[in-house]
Amino acid sequence: MLKSLKLRAILILIFLVISVVFLLPNIIEPEGAWKRYLPSDKIRLGLDLKGGMHLLLALDTEKMLDHMVERKFNGLKDGMIRDGVRFVGLDKKPEGITVSVKADQKDKLYNLLGKEFPDLKPGSTRTEGDTLIVPLMFVEREIANLKENALRQALETIRNRIDQFGVSEPVIVQQGENQILIQLPGIKEPERALELIGRTAQLEFKLVDEENAARASAGQVPEGDEIMTLKSRNRETGVVTTTPILLKKQTLLTGDALTDARVSIGGEFRSEAYVGIEFNSEGARVFERITGENVGKRIAIILDNTVYSAPVVKERISGGKASITGGFSMDEAKDLAIVLRAGALPAPVNVMQNITIGPTLGQDSIRKGVRAALLGGILIIAFMIYYYRASGIIANVAMFLNLIFLLCAFTAMKATMTLPGIAGIILTMGMGVDTNVLIFERIREELRLGKTVRAAVDGGYSKAWVTIFDAHITTLITTFVLFIFGTGPIKGFAVTLSIGIIINLFTAVFGSKTIFDWILQKYKPRSLSI
Amino acid sequence: MTFIEITKKTNIDFIGLRKKAFILSTILVVLGIVGFVMVSLGKANLSVDFTGGTTLQVRFKEPVSIVDLRQVLAHGTGGISDVQIQEVSGTNEFFLKTKESEKIQEKIASLLSKALPDKKFEILGSNMVGSSVGQTLKKHAIIAVVISLACIVVYIAWRFTFLFGVAATIATFHDVLALLGIFWLLGREMNILFITALLTVAGYSLTDTVVVFDRIRENMAKMKSREDFGNVISRSINEVLSRTLITSLTVVIALISMLVLGGEVLFDFSFALFIGVLVGTYSSIFVASPLIYIWRKKGL
Repeated sequence: MLKSLKLRAILILIFLVISVVFLLPNIIEPEGAWKRYLPSDKIRLGLDLKGGMHLLLALDTEKMLDHMVERKFNGLKDGMIRDGVRFVGLDKKPEGITVSVKADQKDKLYNLLGKEFPDLKPGSTRTEGDTLIVPLMFVEREIANLKENALRQALETIRNRIDQFGVSEPVIVQQGENQILIQLPGIKEPERALELIGRTAQLEFKLVDEENAARASAGQVPEGDEIMTLKSRNRETGVVTTTPILLKKQTLLTGDALTDARVSIGGEFRSEAYVGIEFNSEGARVFERITGENVGKRIAIILDNTVYSAPVVKERISGGKASITGGFSMDEAKDLAIVLRAGALPAPVNVMQNITIGPTLGQDSIRKGVRAALLGGILIIAFMIYYYRASGIIANVAMFLNLIFLLCAFTAMKATMTLPGIAGIILTMGMGVDTNVLIFERIREELRLGKTVRAAVDGGYSKAWVTIFDAHITTLITTFVLFIFGTGPIKGFAVTLSIGIIINLFTAVFGSKTIFDWILQKYKPRSLSI
Repeated sequence: MTFIEITKKTNIDFIGLRKKAFILSTILVVLGIVGFVMVSLGKANLSVDFTGGTTLQVRFKEPVSIVDLRQVLAHGTGGISDVQIQEVSGTNEFFLKTKESEKIQEKIASLLSKALPDKKFEILGSNMVGSSVGQTLKKHAIIAVVISLACIVVYIAWRFTFLFGVAATIATFHDVLALLGIFWLLGREMNILFITALLTVAGYSLTDTVVVFDRIRENMAKMKSREDFGNVISRSINEVLSRTLITSLTVVIALISMLVLGGEVLFDFSFALFIGVLVGTYSSIFVASPLIYIWRKKGL
């Protein structure tokens, strides 16, 4: 310990000034020239205190891989037909595709594969008679890449959507291999936000198969067709009805070709909100072609496997503009425009965790936490003064310093205060005085042995030190483990308790000893109020 | 010089009380093991953090009886059959808990506004957890407890001797089990904060044990060759008894203020810590120290 009393006092004073400067922004807003030189960070509040939404989403990459297999399968089929590769069998499994061709078609097949499907690796082939069976596997690295890209794209898309929805200070980060952690502080309409974020927003255009509709409703779905549901809303009553509709499986155009999507009002029904979309030049060409080829037929506009409308094509549409109607409310149309503009998620997401804290609950928690801390503090202070008299006051000063330094360190570290964090502060007060209790009890023992005040104080501090040190380390071990394994609110607890305990070593030992030494030196008392 | 003292100079024969204490400790540990088995079998009041599902906190503007609420939510048309309703006493607030996790908030909101249209309510907060997240959390919680205990043995063994380390760990384990058992017996909900409380109690109990061990070690060094080892331990405990009681008291003061004013989120947490502090104080005196005595007598 530093010998010079003055030096020790100055050191404590410097820490105190720094702490007050760091804590000032919590009380008053710095102004003018001060603003540039003083720290301006307030204590950050966690979602449990300021209200908001905590989401953990998992990207369903399995489903995405299924889609990829499906796409490759269809692509390969089309490719073989186009190139005249005569195949006798084509089969898909989750891990790959198996093609059976006549032996003399081998070169043509490998040619096609090498040219257009480099990510399909032919495995060891088998011959059955004159049929060659070729298993095609996906290159593992490709799949890993695909998953990684999908997650990156999903993060990007969700960030876009949230930005456009308008949330201040959102947190959007990757967690683990395929999860996304989102925190939206102070969000007003959590359900709407979840709807917006979690929607895949896969926009597709498919042809309605009206010729076979009757047959399909009898239970016979023709090859290459599928049944989806058409969702429509009665404009007067707002009642949503769903009807099955038969579509050609082939996708004519997807939302990838969009450049813009905006909400408009009007159209067929004057007050209705709809979303006007605009294609890029490639998309516009395709759209012109498909409308041209299908005049008089119906084209279904599908969003996430639900048909929103299936208008009849009246004429070839050039210019790359279309609109999506579906009896939307204004908010729904706005959100739809946002997700279409921000792009589709590469795969559906599953909500793994959703913690929503309303603003009332957060404020309640702060009020209750602060009240509990005040009550606990006052009771402990009163007890210490009652039990240890003047020395109790010294312990209380040390506890006060402990609190100030703790809050300062907390602010400076930009840690997040949570409700359990407040509990950690209250516990720090309760456990922190233990250090002084240990010391004071030792001093009493020394005094009982008839030592002088000076000798008793010095002896008490030095003998208690080992115990105090061990006790602090053992508490730190558990808080450290909590810090590593804990999430969100628990981390707040681990941080306040562990910083509190560390600072306690300084304030309750160094700080209180300095005060003792100052009093002993100045007044040279014959007895000690302890 | 006179001091205000919580205990006058005591001379309790703690080691002589060890047999009675062991009966109590055995009961607590058995209770804890039963509780642990029940938790593992999923037959305990586990929060959605671990099981997956949804918890909603709802506040009504005016009084609503829990019976009406149960009628509407569990038995009404389109109701949620497994819903558990817990009233926050002294308020018009309720905690609703169900294993379901899909769109549960909207479902409950529409059930309430349809069946009780004149009762205005606000959903204060919700916590939805998918079951796979619960599994991960459970795994992490167990790993955290095990790692903490392992670190503790290593540290105590390094600072004292291996024997002291094992005794301290057994005492800590005793506390963790006792707390788990008592919580299970009382049917209180175990959530992540409860795990946090378990670890905090482990840290606290260990601190207490270390203080006692420190004194035992100190007195062992000064021990006269003819003195009974049991006496040394009892004397050591007596010497630190006032400190032990005062520290427990200040922590209990902090905890009681949280219990009274901290609100329902902190209530169970403070309650767990409260029990833990009592058990932890008991165990450093009546579990850890007698263990040292018994082993030493057996010549370990």
